Amino acid sequence: MSTIHTEHQIPGPGSLADIRTKALESLLIEKGLISSDAIDAIVRAYEHDIGPLNGATVVARAWVDPVYKQRLLSDGTSAIAELGFGGREGVDMVVLENTPTVHNVVVCTLCSCYPWPVLGLPPAWYKSYAYRARVVREPRTVLQEFGLELPDMVEIRVWDSNSDMRYMVLPERPAGTEHLSETELRDLVTRDAMIGVARIATPAPAAQR
Amino acid sequence: MNGIHDMGGMHGFGPIVREMDEPLFHQDWERRVFAIRQVTPVPIPGGSRNNIEQMDPATYLTTSYYEKWLHSAIKGMLDAGVITETELAAKIAQYQATPTAAVARHEDPHLVEQARARIRRPLKSPSRDLPLQPQFPVGSLVRVRNLHPPGHTRLPRYVRGKPGQVTRYYGIYDFQDAMPAGAAAPPQPLYAVRFDGQVLWGPAAEANSVVYLDMWESYLEPA
Repeated sequence: MSTIHTEHQIPGPGSLADIRTKALESLLIEKGLISSDAIDAIVRAYEHDIGPLNGATVVARAWVDPVYKQRLLSDGTSAIAELGFGGREGVDMVVLENTPTVHNVVVCTLCSCYPWPVLGLPPAWYKSYAYRARVVREPRTVLQEFGLELPDMVEIRVWDSNSDMRYMVLPERPAGTEHLSETELRDLVTRDAMIGVARIATPAPAAQR
Repeated sequence: MNGIHDMGGMHGFGPIVREMDEPLFHQDWERRVFAIRQVTPVPIPGGSRNNIEQMDPATYLTTSYYEKWLHSAIKGMLDAGVITETELAAKIAQYQATPTAAVARHEDPHLVEQARARIRRPLKSPSRDLPLQPQFPVGSLVRVRNLHPPGHTRLPRYVRGKPGQVTRYYGIYDFQDAMPAGAAAPPQPLYAVRFDGQVLWGPAAEANSVVYLDMWESYLEPA
């Protein structure tokens, strides 16, 4: 008997996927190609170390340092490497600046390309068929579903990551943040804003000191 | 190939489902599939994306993201000759008999260091320092050639035959499309090309929207 699955239904423990994963892992270990602690180390790295905080650090630096921002926009890979970030799925980085009249948003219609060193691994929705299919054709509608209404005078630029270039959005620095430190600014930056499905709101007065 | 994976512009997938908690992995086996791929020092013949694109379309649509990775990893290790069908079948039978059995641990600090280095070091860019003159200066009006390669390609269907404008020149990059057996992928100039929403989607285009794609030179002709 077969069951109709969708992409959202993920097999659990004891499933064929689970068993085939164990079989592959066991064989590769027996052949001396991989080790259990190497697997653990990679999982830890992506679950705890390599995530959107890296990208937020880059954004905050660009907000406070106009010279850095220029370097970031002209050679994203090198400017990001200055802050210690780089590596797999981020070997060639392009940073896209949002302005009052231009809003950038990133997708990979063919698969799931995403700038790992600065944003970590993508959320499920970024990899979903719906996002991949729709955001190139109806970006305003998609952004509205994310809660982002942009006036028609704002040009929406959708970047389809179809080569090895990896894209990250430099969001606009919100008004009313002139008094914030670089670290406080960093903490305002969200992953969704660096993908381009959100903007960064002015922090509520209660959050200001 | 004109495969099911080439989804840009398709209808029918419904709303974008967002999770409240957004776990990176939903099951432990997904974690392990992801990490196995990062730590295994054997390239997948033809590339992982190609393996996934070659899946039967109905299977592609009805398997989860990391099931596709698992399919690609197993096929890749079989194709590379690292594992055999016989030993794989035996292992699967072994774990089917005892589904709760864990994989026996084996530790190797040297492999940990190698794996860490592999994800973190600035990997060599696929760009090349070659004396190739790009044919299309920034600002050039171009048209995407109407190509339908049967193998792996980075040229989505929705942009084929469409006119656009070169907005950036990235340099000389290894071409990623599948090549005939034995042929090396020739490095080519790579550009960012801007396509007007109206050009891509006609009257259905949304106001003031454009799409940018990366285009190797062989995808393009003068407009």
